[in-house]
Amino acid sequence: MILCVLINIIRKESNSIRMKNFAQLIKALDSSNKTNVKVDALTTYFKNASPEDKVWTIAILSHRRPPRPVNTTLLRIWANELANIPLWLFEESYHIVGDLAETIALIIPATKEHSDKSLTEYLQEIIALKKKSDAEKKEYLHENWLALNYYERFVFTKLITGSLRIGVSQKLMTRALSKAEEVDEDALAYKLMGNWDPNTITFQELILDEKSSDYLSKPYPFYLAYPIEGEVYNLGNPEDWSIEHKWDGIRSQTIIRENELYVWSRGEELVTDKYPEFQSFVGLIPNGTVIDAEILAFPEGEIGTFNDLQTRIGRKTISASLLEKVPVILKAYDILEWEGQDIRNLPYSERRLLLEQLYDSLKDKTSHFQLSERVLLHSWEDVTAERMRAREMKSEGLMLKRNNSPYLVGRKKGDWWKWKIEPLVIDAVLTYAMRGHGRRSNLFTDYTFALWQTNDNGERELVTFAKAYSGLTDAEFRRVDDFIKKNTLERFGPVRSVTPQLVFEIGFEGIALSKRHKSGVATRFPRILRWRHDKKIEEANSIEDLKNMIS
Amino acid sequence: MKIPLLAFNDKGIYCQQADVYLDPWRPVKNAIITHGHSDHARWGHQNYITHHTNIPIIRHRLGEINVTGKEWGETFVINNVKFSLHPAGHIIGSSQIRVEHKGEVWVFTGDYKIEDDGISTPYETVKCHTFITECTFGLPAFNWTPQAEVITDINNWWAENKAEGKTSILFGYSLGKAQRLLKYLDTDIGKIYTHGAIENMTNVLRPLVDFPKTELITRETKKEELLGNIVLAPPSAHGSVWIRKMTPFVTGAASGWMAFRGARRRRAIDKGFVLSDHCDWYSLLDSIKATGAEKVICTHGYTDIFSKYLRELGYDARTEKTQYEGEAAEMEKEEKDVEIDQNQTSIISEN
Repeated sequence: MILCVLINIIRKESNSIRMKNFAQLIKALDSSNKTNVKVDALTTYFKNASPEDKVWTIAILSHRRPPRPVNTTLLRIWANELANIPLWLFEESYHIVGDLAETIALIIPATKEHSDKSLTEYLQEIIALKKKSDAEKKEYLHENWLALNYYERFVFTKLITGSLRIGVSQKLMTRALSKAEEVDEDALAYKLMGNWDPNTITFQELILDEKSSDYLSKPYPFYLAYPIEGEVYNLGNPEDWSIEHKWDGIRSQTIIRENELYVWSRGEELVTDKYPEFQSFVGLIPNGTVIDAEILAFPEGEIGTFNDLQTRIGRKTISASLLEKVPVILKAYDILEWEGQDIRNLPYSERRLLLEQLYDSLKDKTSHFQLSERVLLHSWEDVTAERMRAREMKSEGLMLKRNNSPYLVGRKKGDWWKWKIEPLVIDAVLTYAMRGHGRRSNLFTDYTFALWQTNDNGERELVTFAKAYSGLTDAEFRRVDDFIKKNTLERFGPVRSVTPQLVFEIGFEGIALSKRHKSGVATRFPRILRWRHDKKIEEANSIEDLKNMIS
Repeated sequence: MKIPLLAFNDKGIYCQQADVYLDPWRPVKNAIITHGHSDHARWGHQNYITHHTNIPIIRHRLGEINVTGKEWGETFVINNVKFSLHPAGHIIGSSQIRVEHKGEVWVFTGDYKIEDDGISTPYETVKCHTFITECTFGLPAFNWTPQAEVITDINNWWAENKAEGKTSILFGYSLGKAQRLLKYLDTDIGKIYTHGAIENMTNVLRPLVDFPKTELITRETKKEELLGNIVLAPPSAHGSVWIRKMTPFVTGAASGWMAFRGARRRRAIDKGFVLSDHCDWYSLLDSIKATGAEKVICTHGYTDIFSKYLRELGYDARTEKTQYEGEAAEMEKEEKDVEIDQNQTSIISEN
């Protein structure tokens, strides 16, 4: 049906695709949970859009948006002027709606207008807007907000505020593009990687040309593992598998081409500048080399926690003292390019030999390049035992890679499996709640949990230790939401304090002492495992119990 | 201290002078009932007073009760307090309750909407000193589109689904929304099938309103005969086995909450139609202004935010805690009567 609508629209406007068609596409993608419907809607759109609009659509759906031309404070104020309401009322509405662009689109008086500008024209205007004066920006926004209907206004505002998260992964978009253009999906995934600028690149260069102009910095799509299913011995002969630890840092790709270094995170962010340690690889590692590795904090010559690494991630400039306090290393997993050749199709065991030879040639010259060692194991019992050593090794568990596997694109089952250790668990009390976003807007689904601590006066009190917002079913979220609305103690803007009454089992991957946290402890990936209906708050755990888990 | 004409206690909104409760949530002796939704018309009171069109509705839901019917605007006096019922426009038979004593006038809205839906008696402005209002959608983010446009969208959607050979399943609360939808569905497109809860309630209302013909889905209903047609079902039927057996289908829901993208996605509904039996932001503000009331009490919805804004506008506004739930209840909660009906009609024979 969505397809039908889209085809009708496209028929009516046979010469060009306009902003409203893009808005219709987003609406179609946003309205369905069915992958096929989404792919069909995208494919039809790609078949009919102009080359410029296609490039922009690809850019937006792969989270490459123009720099934000207006800060959100001004956006709020200017939208508010049209809605004629006090700012606090806008803020309250925003907390309930859960999305800034949606709030703006909803509160501005309705129109039946729509614009005939194309998506590309809008984006060029948005780019040009950044350099304009506040008065000009305001005039532009007011004019366009009032010239678009509700949904187009929402999409337009989204283009200004940030990426469109509408349940379309890059993978799905790539599949649709592959169908529309009849280009191989994996080849396409590679073309879409890296640093291309939708404002300057043409569709021809991006999708159709053999080798794009920016290939020097271009990473390969990452190969991702699925969690292991069922029993490990079902994987067959252990001799067919390579076992290594799964390190808990930042998955990255390091590229050395033409005496330049490029470091990419798995989120396709170019992070070269954040890790100046790796500059020394230029000259040491031959040109035409691409390494798949984990970036790990390495304070005092040992693998640090993710928490240590986090002190490096957020910084714009890395001070000398931080470099000294929290140095980083590359823990290399794999080699994807060697002597300028894409070797992803070589068997894993052969790629590893190349990697290990490279490591041997480097190990005396730099301490920043290390190897994620393969653990030699001959039985599944040994593998199982090795997994139990994960916390001691400061890993998250094991990676199992089939010796003869190529390096694939994206998350694929069969050749690579991750086998993480069971999470640490603790029973905690729900103390604060916030409304969620997206499909959880207007529902209290973001929770803060507390544990018991004895204060200086010898009284037991609840101390916040972690936030979590996943792990319950929709039905459970609704029940907790209902409880929160009826048991609110105080409101602090969007946050509510709640009568301590509900106990949840919280799972987390790692734990470390932390000065930034009130409890003195930071946990990694906290999430709700289950609702402990059977426990009273007095039976929840204490901060001390938590600290005892630090190995 | 002077006793207020209407006070909020643990049983409901109480008029001590007359010993009468308005829409009480615990069993009481005398209850005046605004309308038939289950958070307003509850079981267990000794005497019910309500508009006569509401009597068949609450009898259907509550069984044999002791109930007296009143006309719009008919004044009845209980211990010197003058009561009268005035249309609230929320659903068929829904009233506001006007209470007057020694020249002081209070109005309790129950639930209401300003737009004339063509089946409920349209909302009437009642002048008063104190206005007790709902504010289910008391946020500037809620601005309704006129009913005629939403209905056109719904019929177009049905026609598109039909063209693709699919069954349209449209969710709406079994009392009120379902009949409002039913009244305007375009029977030139196809046949209208109903879930038992909606069929039963609609039959109760047929003597009052001219509705199109409906077909109750029973054990004998084949899924092939549903293709291209539309099924009206209560929101709680979403995701049930009863629905899953109708494949291939497309789901839609009609509710004020569908204004939020998140609300629709959370329920995994294919298409949301923003259609509410409550006031939107501007209708709330306009209707409050039209009553001339200086004091406003907000009973349910975004009460804290809405009453704060009313105070900024110069009203003496406050919030009182009640057990009314507005449209949240209509969308989110499972209803017992629906579940029972579902069992009766749960099997659609396959092939």
